[in-house]
Amino acid sequence: METLAYRFEQGSRALPAQAQVVGVVGSGNLEVLIESASLGGACTIDISTAAVGFGATWEAVMRDFHERWQLKDARIAINDMGATPAVVSLRLDQAVQTMLGDAP
Amino acid sequence: MNSYLELTARERLARLFDQGSFKEFLPPSARVASPHLGQLNAPVAFDDGVAVGRALLDGQPVLCAAQEGGFMGGAVGEVHGAKLTGLLRRAVQERAGAVVLLLESGGVRLHEANAGLIAVSEVMRALLDARAAGIPVVALVGGSNGCFGGMGIVARCANAVVMSEEGRLAMSGPEVIETASGVEEFDSRDRALVWRTTGGKHRYLMGDCHAIVPDEVQAFRAAAIDAIAHSRGAGVELSLATLEAEQALLGQRIARFGGCADPLDAWRELGLPDPAAVPMMEADAFSALAAGHTLGGAQ
Repeated sequence: METLAYRFEQGSRALPAQAQVVGVVGSGNLEVLIESASLGGACTIDISTAAVGFGATWEAVMRDFHERWQLKDARIAINDMGATPAVVSLRLDQAVQTMLGDAP
Repeated sequence: MNSYLELTARERLARLFDQGSFKEFLPPSARVASPHLGQLNAPVAFDDGVAVGRALLDGQPVLCAAQEGGFMGGAVGEVHGAKLTGLLRRAVQERAGAVVLLLESGGVRLHEANAGLIAVSEVMRALLDARAAGIPVVALVGGSNGCFGGMGIVARCANAVVMSEEGRLAMSGPEVIETASGVEEFDSRDRALVWRTTGGKHRYLMGDCHAIVPDEVQAFRAAAIDAIAHSRGAGVELSLATLEAEQALLGQRIARFGGCADPLDAWRELGLPDPAAVPMMEADAFSALAAGHTLGGAQ
């Protein structure tokens, strides 16, 4: 197990109050819990992952995610069981879209 | 997507009950996760693999739970079991109209050992307390992990079990039986045999489930509504007479089928016209064929 934490400052997109969870913690999959929180305009992402040693990959995927959505005052928590970067990105986008009420 | 089998626990709750009516107790944001998995360096889920709450079913308020088979096979740990127990106790306190359990579980979570075993026994006791208080409990079994071990017992403690053929219900899973008794006793890789033995059709014929439905959310929904009404009519509380009837049914099963090597032999003994055709039949056609040939509890 490895825990990772990221914080991106000065986002621009606010989220509704109702927390959402997407995905399931299973082999090659993960759950994303997304909540609105007072973080001084920042977006924080806390990751708990079964795959050890992929910090650099996580950081790149999280940075891409933040550039896509520019969330502010958003707290995200991830429980991961070895999902690939593509699955992680997909779940994060799904979480934001669910939060914004325009889930596909 | 209309297949009950392919949905997650939360998707089932959203689609089986009246639209938008599910309100969760202890949602993932409460972060009540297993205290044991982290110690073992295993990932947790914020809901510990089960969602519990209240919802409307055809306009009627019910309490409900759904196990997530994708997280550790829906296995029951301390928190997971406590959420189910708390839901059933709340049903008694609130005089709930009914409890609907969407079960999908391999049984006790081995990581949590005795904590999981105790949790399952508490769920059973709470379920029987709810029935004793006059609250019908209906179990739906249609997930890809089936309903095994302790949760198999929990399902059979309910007033009614609704299954699809794809859902499976048993005590020990196929791999467990093969490991304990050998491949000659039960070949767990023989998928057709596994489904003949633990799948919904055999359970229906043996009187272990009360309704068999196609693998469709709306079919499970309709059967759950029927099962609640039927349970109220039949008497919700577990009575001595019911237990004695169950005991007689089990005795009858051993007497009639104890010598059968395969469920096909048992179906033949029940008088089904063409047992070999049963696995390929649609649920509705099967129900019609099975009428008059089932043991015990079928509605």
